[in-house]
Amino acid sequence: MHIRRRQFLQQGTMAAAGTMLIPQFLQALGQPQVAAVPPGTKVLVVLQLSGGNDGLNTIIPVRNDIYYRSRPRIGIAKDKALALTDEVGIHPALTHFKQCYDQGEMAILNSVGYPNPDRSHFRSMDIWHSASPSNQYWNTGWLGRYLDAACNGTCAHATQALEIDDVLSLALKGDQQKGMAVQDPARLYSSSQNKLYRSLLATKAQQEEPTANYLYKTLGNAINNADYIFKASKASTSTATYPSTELGKSLKTIASLVFSDINTKVYYVSLGSFDTHTNQDNQQNRLFTELNGAVGAFVSDLKAQGRFDDVLLCTFSEFGRRVAQNGSGGTDHGTANNMFFVGGGLKRKGLLNDMPNLSTLENGDLIHQVDFKNVYATLLNQWLKADANAILGTPTQALDFI
Amino acid sequence: MLLQNHLFWRSGFGPTPQMQNQAKAFTAKKYWDAVWQSAEKAPMPLQVTQSMADGMMNGLGQPGGQAQMESEASREVLRKQSRQNIRNLNLLWINEMVESPAQLREKMSLFWHGHFACRSLNAFFQQQLLHSIRENALGSFATLLREVSKSPAMLQFLNNQQNRKNSPNENFAREVMELFTLGRGNYSEKDVKEAARAFTGWSFDLSGQFIFRKGIHDGGQKTLLGKTGNFNGDDVIDVLLAKEQTAAFITNKIYRFLVNDAPNPDHIKWLSKRFFESQYSIQKLLEDIFTASWFYDKANIGNRIKSPVELLVGLRRQMPMKLHNEASQLVFQRALGQVLMYPPNVAGWPGGQNWIDASALMFRMRLPQILAQGQAINLKTKGDDDADMGRMQPADSPILPAVAARQRGVATINWEEIVAAFANVNRENLYQQLGESLLQMRPLPPKATLEAFAQKESREQYISSIMVWLMSTPEYQLC
Repeated sequence: MHIRRRQFLQQGTMAAAGTMLIPQFLQALGQPQVAAVPPGTKVLVVLQLSGGNDGLNTIIPVRNDIYYRSRPRIGIAKDKALALTDEVGIHPALTHFKQCYDQGEMAILNSVGYPNPDRSHFRSMDIWHSASPSNQYWNTGWLGRYLDAACNGTCAHATQALEIDDVLSLALKGDQQKGMAVQDPARLYSSSQNKLYRSLLATKAQQEEPTANYLYKTLGNAINNADYIFKASKASTSTATYPSTELGKSLKTIASLVFSDINTKVYYVSLGSFDTHTNQDNQQNRLFTELNGAVGAFVSDLKAQGRFDDVLLCTFSEFGRRVAQNGSGGTDHGTANNMFFVGGGLKRKGLLNDMPNLSTLENGDLIHQVDFKNVYATLLNQWLKADANAILGTPTQALDFI
Repeated sequence: MLLQNHLFWRSGFGPTPQMQNQAKAFTAKKYWDAVWQSAEKAPMPLQVTQSMADGMMNGLGQPGGQAQMESEASREVLRKQSRQNIRNLNLLWINEMVESPAQLREKMSLFWHGHFACRSLNAFFQQQLLHSIRENALGSFATLLREVSKSPAMLQFLNNQQNRKNSPNENFAREVMELFTLGRGNYSEKDVKEAARAFTGWSFDLSGQFIFRKGIHDGGQKTLLGKTGNFNGDDVIDVLLAKEQTAAFITNKIYRFLVNDAPNPDHIKWLSKRFFESQYSIQKLLEDIFTASWFYDKANIGNRIKSPVELLVGLRRQMPMKLHNEASQLVFQRALGQVLMYPPNVAGWPGGQNWIDASALMFRMRLPQILAQGQAINLKTKGDDDADMGRMQPADSPILPAVAARQRGVATINWEEIVAAFANVNRENLYQQLGESLLQMRPLPPKATLEAFAQKESREQYISSIMVWLMSTPEYQLC
């Protein structure tokens, strides 16, 4: 298996083409079209797999001897994995992903990473969030800068990017605007309804001192946006059944907002911890079960509402794990990893590039073939129709799968 | 009161209720002398673990990185203990910030803790580094820099253990120049390479002592920032300290921390020249700042956003309390984005407006109500994979249900002490007095706005409710 850098960009392995049995338009036919926002409004859902998901036990090279030799205890046997191709399987818990793959609704990009990889969780996550080179420290995130551009200082609600969480990630912090963190729209609304805040705003909304003015402005926006988000979440609440896991609830919240006329284009949500140093099988299986159930419900909900073509869900993790297992039934921190893209609007599907090369490693780690910043450029340019070069701070080539 | 509280906030974590009452005629010099005298004494070490012998082996908590000398199970026990110790160290230090009369020392230690940002899962290393910082926080920057650079925590964090002759690792050398001394753009890539060669051999042993490993040191000639010699690590530090740019870089950063996020170039020039000439006396620099007339200019008062730790410590000082579960402070730190011992990256906390987003601001404004009125915390913080090591829940998750179950709230406030401190104030002046003691912004929020939410049945209820509301304002985020 020889890795050809950049070639996948032009070449495209349409491994899954034969499995695209049902054309999109037939699937959507007869589905209710209830969305208040005109179909065609594209939405990105970024799902962070925190802790460093083991990519090699996610998309499994089922005919690679090096894989099984490196992982005598934790390698997933060919007959356990769900087959995607003759060579490639997917983790047995990811049944809905397998289904999406078979129906041409999923793309998999292997060996995504960045130069000079850092094996510390927080540093590597920082790099993914900010999209900085690995020797620079940036205080803003790529989606925060998208938000800056999308809002341009003048929008009524800077809610183009929302994080379904209580605490905001660096990824959503921009220079001028910061995204909102909202785990539960109703709870956010109720805590914003403190009467004192409204009275203060009424009397002191305009502050001379710039820092105080910034705080009052942030407070005012928080209250307005909490109200806006809450109303949107109520307007067309999803009635579909989701698993009662945290991710299930979060994706249901996202679906409800997607069905409303809210201006949000990007949703951000996390699942973890995938830091599987010990007893990886159980932990990854448990998390994948949660992931699979929630994403499966989300996909059917979107399809039922006729919005699956407008939503793209992508996953990432701050790094992959080492090729060889460790002594505790787990894996230690590694480098490059795969990403999933799920949605009805993909231009290219299936395995977008070669499986990782396990025979040429760097200190026991995969060598990245695709820089994640090119993925970001693709999402920003092709999906969100934003100016990726400005947001990423440097001219960045987009890929061709969207 | 405004000027004295300005000094108390910037040189410490704000005034306690008693300090409000001792208002003497304010002169910058007299007050500075008092601040200095309270902080001068060498600090007691904050200790959560006795020694490396507790099992805090080199590289602990960095799976795959350590010798396989223990079974995985016993290593996991040690890691767990170490994480707990780091949390204890965090809480112990927070208490010190609240209670210590040496406010200036703890405040500057917090500054240096961010400047020399370091993560280590080894509690013993963390404890050691924190002590070096607190010991030298007000002394000589040259000594502080050298001590920190030789600490096992920093050597490990910046990979100097992997920096060997003929196989250099530049991480340590780069950060010493970029973040600790000169700042970006004041050295070349060649300088980084040469400095890295000089730092080869800087290492530490299993007892947590700095050692120089001659065998892996590159003794050859190096050229660094225009100087040539067979430099070792100490020589590099000397070369860096001999650059006035180091004084300018540090002065600028301290000014932004203590005075104003937008530095005045004339002030910086004046301060940094004197800092350099004093051979990096932090005491002299602080005295220059805190006795300068411009420090008390309106433009420098009440416009600095408190960091989450400053906010929390300030609340505990201004509203003395007994916390029912001290660990709840870890939840606050996580929710607000500043967990001691866990800086976001080697550059430390960016500070200023970076502290504020909608969720953080709303939580900040709810914090006094959570502490004083038993409002539910009602929030889940993100885990930290470096600290949690893949366990299923964030390290502090057991705290949340425990706190939620406690209907009486997170803390019991010592209102008596506060009421006593304002005993001599007439009812009609109370709002003004409370406001001026808590807020550094003028004018205060309109009295009628806050009184509409006050409880007026008794003097104590009035004071307590007005205080909580004053501390729930955007203005209270500033000092």
